[in-house]
Amino acid sequence: MSSSTAIAPVSSRTDLQPSGTANGSEEQYVTFTVGSEEYGVNILAVREIRGWTPESRLPNLPDYVRGVINLRGIIIPIFDLRARFGGGQTQVTKRHVVVVMQVGERTRGILVDAISDILAIGHDAIKPPPDVDSGLIDAEYLSGLYTAENRMVTLLNVGKLFAGEHVDQDASRAALEPT
Amino acid sequence: MEPSVKKKVMTVDDSRTMRDMVSFTLRGAGYDVVEAADGQQAMSAIATNKVDLVITDLNMPVMDGLTLIRKLRAIPAHRTLPILMLTTEADESKKAEGRAAGATGWIVKPFNPDKLVSVVQKVCG
Amino acid sequence: MDDLSRFKQTYFDESAELLAVAEAGLLRLAPGEIDMDEVNAIFRAVHSIKGGGGAFGFNDLVAFAHEFETVMDGVRNAEIPVTTELVDTLIRANDVLARLLSHAADETDAPAGTTGDTVAALRRFLGKAGEQADEAATTPSAAIPAAAALYPDDEDDEAGIFGDALAAIQAARDDQPEPVASGPAPVPEGKVRWTIVFRPKAELLLSGNEPAYMLRALRRLGEAEVVCHLDRLPSLRDLDAELLHLSWTVTLLADPQVDRARIDDVFEFVADDCDIRISAEAPPPAIIPPTVIPPAEPEPVPAANLPQPAAPAAAPVTPAATTSGAAKPGDGAKRTNGGTGGGDHAGPTTHTIRVDLDKIDRLVNMVGEMVITQAMIAEHLRDLPPGQFQELLEGLEGLAQHTRELRESVMSIRAQPVSSVFSRMPRLVRECAAVTGKEVMLVTSGETTEVDKTVVENLVDPLTHMIRNSIDHGLESPEERERIGKPRAGTVHLSAAHRSGRIVIEVTDDGRGINRAKVLSKAIEKGLVQPGASLSDEEIDNLIFLPGFSTADQVSNLSGRGVGMDVVRRNISSLGGRIGVYSTPGEGSRFVLSLPLTLAVLDGMVISVGEERFVLPLTNIVESLRPKPADLHGLVNKCDVMMARGEYVRLVHLHRLFDIPKAIDDATKGLVVLVETEDGSRLGLVVDEVLGQQQVVIKSLESNFRRLDGVAAATILGDGRVALILDVAGLREMSRHGAGNGNASAGSTPPSPSLPAPADKSDQRQRQTV
Repeated sequence: MSSSTAIAPVSSRTDLQPSGTANGSEEQYVTFTVGSEEYGVNILAVREIRGWTPESRLPNLPDYVRGVINLRGIIIPIFDLRARFGGGQTQVTKRHVVVVMQVGERTRGILVDAISDILAIGHDAIKPPPDVDSGLIDAEYLSGLYTAENRMVTLLNVGKLFAGEHVDQDASRAALEPT
Repeated sequence: MEPSVKKKVMTVDDSRTMRDMVSFTLRGAGYDVVEAADGQQAMSAIATNKVDLVITDLNMPVMDGLTLIRKLRAIPAHRTLPILMLTTEADESKKAEGRAAGATGWIVKPFNPDKLVSVVQKVCG
Repeated sequence: MDDLSRFKQTYFDESAELLAVAEAGLLRLAPGEIDMDEVNAIFRAVHSIKGGGGAFGFNDLVAFAHEFETVMDGVRNAEIPVTTELVDTLIRANDVLARLLSHAADETDAPAGTTGDTVAALRRFLGKAGEQADEAATTPSAAIPAAAALYPDDEDDEAGIFGDALAAIQAARDDQPEPVASGPAPVPEGKVRWTIVFRPKAELLLSGNEPAYMLRALRRLGEAEVVCHLDRLPSLRDLDAELLHLSWTVTLLADPQVDRARIDDVFEFVADDCDIRISAEAPPPAIIPPTVIPPAEPEPVPAANLPQPAAPAAAPVTPAATTSGAAKPGDGAKRTNGGTGGGDHAGPTTHTIRVDLDKIDRLVNMVGEMVITQAMIAEHLRDLPPGQFQELLEGLEGLAQHTRELRESVMSIRAQPVSSVFSRMPRLVRECAAVTGKEVMLVTSGETTEVDKTVVENLVDPLTHMIRNSIDHGLESPEERERIGKPRAGTVHLSAAHRSGRIVIEVTDDGRGINRAKVLSKAIEKGLVQPGASLSDEEIDNLIFLPGFSTADQVSNLSGRGVGMDVVRRNISSLGGRIGVYSTPGEGSRFVLSLPLTLAVLDGMVISVGEERFVLPLTNIVESLRPKPADLHGLVNKCDVMMARGEYVRLVHLHRLFDIPKAIDDATKGLVVLVETEDGSRLGLVVDEVLGQQQVVIKSLESNFRRLDGVAAATILGDGRVALILDVAGLREMSRHGAGNGNASAGSTPPSPSLPAPADKSDQRQRQTV
């Protein structure tokens, strides 16, 4: 299996217009698993999918910032999604996957367990996240929930996922919501 | 019949655009063109180039056109060298000054390419 | 005029340059001592723009330029006195001209009223003195009769030949046979015919030179036919025997090996005293790209076979400027004086070429990648068994050396003096002063300091903000200044210099300095500082760089957008630069901005700490050593110091700063790299190993992530892994605040840069909360 699969080239504009799908209000999402949970992100934000390669550590940062790698000449950070959700750092192996995303002007990678699927999801099919104590879950990065067959897919707002003072000193530069 | 030798014209003007246009026009008409950006460069160039005609602007830094004409005329070898001045709007006083300095003729800027070629042909063949 | 429309871009490019020259000159113009050369330069600039504009039919432009030019003419003839009002009007006129040019370039029409007011203002200056000129110029539409009507009926309006002049020329031609054309015989095969006109100055004999020897020398080069000219020979009575009154024309038939240089040699000693013209007859050489010919070398005469029977268009092959007809306008090399012999070389010969910036950028990138590849090779060769492959290693060393030199050469192509940025500042200062009602004098120094283009471009914004800030907030009003005994006009001093491998730019004003009380209270109000925290003066001053500091009251009629110093600092640090401020209340403020000389490549030392590798900029390294236990001492139980080169130096354990496991802690078992920051303070960095020196390509960490304390940028090493390039001044800051525990300490108080050094100041780091 090749170590990297490129998705169709993405423009770097953040005002993501829905691509011309047959059903005008549907958008495509790439879904992946972390542990037993499944997540999805808008395909327009995904640049490529690669196998995991060792990062160079960065000092003094939260555990979900694993480090940086060299992506064909540019340096991008790799974020551990499991750690981001409080599940501790991933015990990484070569079979783990990095989803390289473009958020505004920034390219970043997120480490996940495996890729699941590519789904076409209509706007109406997305349910809002349940009313959970905001202390429990930082809901800003959840853009909604979707039911695929019997699975629940948590749709993530890529721009907000790794914003905040640890990552982005200027949170206002984060991308707009893809949905 | 004598073998024809390309005539060489020197264009002296501090404007790059003007030099380019003169060169382009005259080369298209079969002349060789040498360029200089001011009177002093022109004096240097003419020392090592056999030039058949000089076309010079009047307003230039370092050495202006009228001074150039006078200096050229002071050199015996260039006593009969055809020299045309580029003037703006038929400025009578400048024409008179040029004539007194020894110019052969004048062309108005901006020039009509065909006119330029015809005058050049008239004065240097 | 379709043919000539291809020159439009050249015209616009040139006009842009001319406008800049005019503006710079106008800004320097003031009543009092007037530099006439500059006034003439401004006149010529407008004149050229007008002239070219006419060629392309930009009638509005030409009409306006004419008004402008007329006033400039009056100034240079001293008919119009220079007043501040005049200069302001001229500057405005320059702006209008720029606008008209840009409309011409866009092929749009300038809106009505663009020129009206300015033309009226210009005309007012013409008054009596200008009436003559005005009449000659008449109204705009009629002002350029010949120019506006490009194809007039009466050809006398376009060109003319002075009858008597032409007659004189014809007469002279009939008398004097042309030296070159006298030989109708074709040049024999395998030979080159040189025509040498040797016209020595009369005093030649007085320097002991004998023309006969030179003629003899020429004869030795080939078959020579010598004609002596007697036209300057006076009558016997007037003859001065010690002066030379003769000149010669030598026609030399020589083999192709005899090149121009050989002929020049003959006249080597007398070249300055003579008028020597040398030309050759041979078919024109193949079009040689101008860039290939080195300026001083004469063009080699092309070899043997000349076309039969008569060499058509036998252009004299002389090493003077001849650009091939195929050259694009504005492109290609132009040499206006390449020859020797009689010509002076004092003229500003332009041995330059114009190159697309894109090409240079690509070149720089390629060299950068080459640096990485070379590092990769070196990396792999490291694993070879020692003692063998000696030649390979030597070859690689040579390659590394060449790469380094290549990199430096390429970077120097792109290096520009900061004057290109500084030159915009007088205009800015003038505008700011006008808007705020202050009087400001701008002094600049170090404009020739060179820096890579990538950095230069990024200087404009920060400098603009700093200067605006100084004028708006720093300088007092003229009345206030007078009251407190300062000169009415405030001074803003802008300087640039190279300092320890970086470029340091300072903006100093003699205004009121930073209002510390106000700054502190605002910072507390915004929660950037804990109330009751004790900060040094310098720390308070540098609060203005904190994110979120800039506020609505920074907005004045100047800034409007209220761009604050925090934005400035962010932009600077994204380039790997630093900014800080020093202030003395009542006396002024000094902003110090330091940037790397290039954003592309760095000479670094690779070090290892645990399993991680880092790069230290070579410019910061003093030496590396392994200390003996006796050299190490504790200091008030808080940190370790080491004696090095006669001073006590604080030790910083990188593995503690960066929380790296399995690293060497005992400095005597590892290595200490003694480093120095720009202001001269030193640190000893404790590392595991020093792996070697390497050129590295600087990659941004910030573009996809963020700035990290102590980290300047990142790079990719030979094995493809990323290594952080460390920022020594940042390391110093981190280590000062007990960050050696491995965790950054909480709190938002900026660290104090306590060294009272006059030079650069590290910027403030926001502390992280983990």
